[in-house]
Amino acid sequence: MRYPFPVGRSDFIQGDEAVARAAILAGCRFYAGYPITPASEIFEAMALYMPLVDGVSIQMEDEIGSIAAVIGASWAGAKAMTATSGPGFSLMQENLGYAVMTETPIVVVNMMRGGPSTGQPTFPAQGDLMQAVWGTHGDHMLIVLSPSTVQEAFDLTIRAFNLAEKYRTPVVILGDAELAHMRERVYIPNPDEIEVVNRKLPANEDEAKLPFGDPHGDGVPPMPIFGRGYRTYVTGLTHDESGHPRTVEPEVQQKLIGRIFRKILDHKDEIISYETFELDDAEIAIVSTGIVSRSAIRAVKMLRERGVRAGLLKLSTVWPFDFEVIEELAEQVRKIYVPEMNLGQLYHLVREGANGKAEVELIAKIGGEVHTPMEIVERVVG
Amino acid sequence: MMYLKSSYSIRDKYLRKDMLPTIFCPGCGIGSVLQFTLRAIDDLGLSQDEIVWVSGIGCSSRVPGYVNFDGLHTTHGRALAFATGIKLTNPDLKIIAFMGDGDSAAIGGNHLIHAIRRNLDVTAIIINNFTYGMTGGQVAPTTLKGLRGTTAPYGQFENPFDIAQLAVTAGANYAARWTVFNYLQGINSIKKALQKEGFTLVEFLSPCPVSFGRRNRMKTAPELIRWYQKITVPLAKAKKMKPEELEGKVVIGEFADRDRPGLVREYREYIKRAKKMMGWEQ
Ligand SMILES: Cc1ncc(C[n+]2csc(CCOP(=O)(O)OP(=O)(O)O)c2C)c(N)n1
Ligand code: SF4
Ligand SMILES: [Mg+2]
Repeated sequence: MRYPFPVGRSDFIQGDEAVARAAILAGCRFYAGYPITPASEIFEAMALYMPLVDGVSIQMEDEIGSIAAVIGASWAGAKAMTATSGPGFSLMQENLGYAVMTETPIVVVNMMRGGPSTGQPTFPAQGDLMQAVWGTHGDHMLIVLSPSTVQEAFDLTIRAFNLAEKYRTPVVILGDAELAHMRERVYIPNPDEIEVVNRKLPANEDEAKLPFGDPHGDGVPPMPIFGRGYRTYVTGLTHDESGHPRTVEPEVQQKLIGRIFRKILDHKDEIISYETFELDDAEIAIVSTGIVSRSAIRAVKMLRERGVRAGLLKLSTVWPFDFEVIEELAEQVRKIYVPEMNLGQLYHLVREGANGKAEVELIAKIGGEVHTPMEIVERVVG
Repeated sequence: MMYLKSSYSIRDKYLRKDMLPTIFCPGCGIGSVLQFTLRAIDDLGLSQDEIVWVSGIGCSSRVPGYVNFDGLHTTHGRALAFATGIKLTNPDLKIIAFMGDGDSAAIGGNHLIHAIRRNLDVTAIIINNFTYGMTGGQVAPTTLKGLRGTTAPYGQFENPFDIAQLAVTAGANYAARWTVFNYLQGINSIKKALQKEGFTLVEFLSPCPVSFGRRNRMKTAPELIRWYQKITVPLAKAKKMKPEELEGKVVIGEFADRDRPGLVREYREYIKRAKKMMGWEQ
């Protein structure tokens, strides 16, 4: 198959562009969006590429419609994605919950900017971490990834599609305005170098009759695509294994939501990914995610030069959260610093993980500038 | 012939027996419109596996749950946006969007206008019961002036939307409105709508004795029928009437029947154009 961009070599591109190219290589063939800074370039790249690969790119009337179209496309069999920033992400919340409840594989990118409200459209922030995890109402479970470089934006986008398909779940990618617009060298692999996962389809009539069951015991039901004769009914109401609404029996709700949690949490080890840097002998740890991790790596180097045994735990997955790994870290180090571009969100997760075994300190920063390495160093050395 | 086929045979052929009984109250008109739609499908000989029913939230939107087809019961107002994704991904599927008046014209009003503007290839069946049935009788954007709802207990003071006319203006290929008592016209309109390319819409005035009638001194379906007879005017007659005379009336009939290219066809052409412009194809 022919691609509308060079593959099998490196290119110097923006984060937004990397997300779009990765999505196409992961098999995404449906994009619906609404323009917003700093995610518009994802849409514009998709608008350019999609028709050339016989995919769809369509501008909807708002972000509610965008995510709705994406979910519809997924039930019709396409890998589908939308991208936005804070205001649009807020509008998407109801249907994000619908995707959780109906177990629809979709990918939603939020290139975070300063908020709340219209806030700082062109400046990076990490104020939507908790919204990505808890923004839609009700008990729910989904996957949230967070890249820190353009290459990682590319790699995690492919991973996002694979996780969405494998676990029949929405996956959110949290980038930021800096990453969205920054240009870096990225290796764009050949399609045969990429592992692409496709959703399980019903193997037989029996499986197709229970589109919300658990025939394989892994919590993930095969997905009967529309138009293939299965006659599947999909609803956001609490439903039994066959998909029928059953809204007044407590057990039905417990079983359904329980499985939606379980299918992710039982595979936590496979889903969660992080990188460590100089942690082996560290007595001071920095825990970060996304764009700040770049300054954090530099800060670790600077601290080491000053004789401070510092290390970094860089999380590529925000949710599900690896509380155990933080607790192990807290047993090892004296103190954990959490630099983030908000007034304290990841910090609370880290504190819960540390479980009192190490002191945890927040290095908060808002306003639209990424922490400088020096700002982190100064806080650590006091 | 459809007119002779018993409702039992239609029921047995198309309904999910394990989902019955329906949630609909006695005297509710939604079941009649469901029957019209199924008879239209049956008469056209359409396969159950080539149609997807999409809906939002409300009494009307529960319909896809009772029919043995693929169905997507979505969020309040958003059915047509979901339908956009389904249709563009698999253009071979026919889509019926079954929606309420509040669902389609209030919270979903923007999606309705834009789905029509795009000429999305979907057949919208809209149940206009002048109220929010499911939530207990609040006023809807269709509620005629002076009628009562729990959120305008002294009588609606806003102007109503004319959904079928809105469809005409926004560019639908087909738009018609009937009451649930226009049996033949209703079925024929749905048949036409299902056969056409682009956006087609059939609106039905449909009795909701429980949430609407009760609050407007029409506790039963027969009282609502008599009221419909009073307020509806056939299109041919309406054309001869002055605007003042049409005040408070609802015109019924076929308002648009045209053949502009639908979104699927337009997008196919767009793909060709893109490939040509990029030199990928001649
Ligand atoms: C976002 C959202 N807001 C409000 C509701 C509550 N709600 C459920 S049905 C409904 C109105 C339904 O009215 P209509 O679309 O006319 O359908 P009917 O019940 O009359 O057939 C409302 C407001 C909801 N489900 N979702
Ligand atoms: S409340 Fe009204 S619309 Fe809803 S089922 Fe009852 S009669 Fe029908
Ligand atoms: Mg209504």
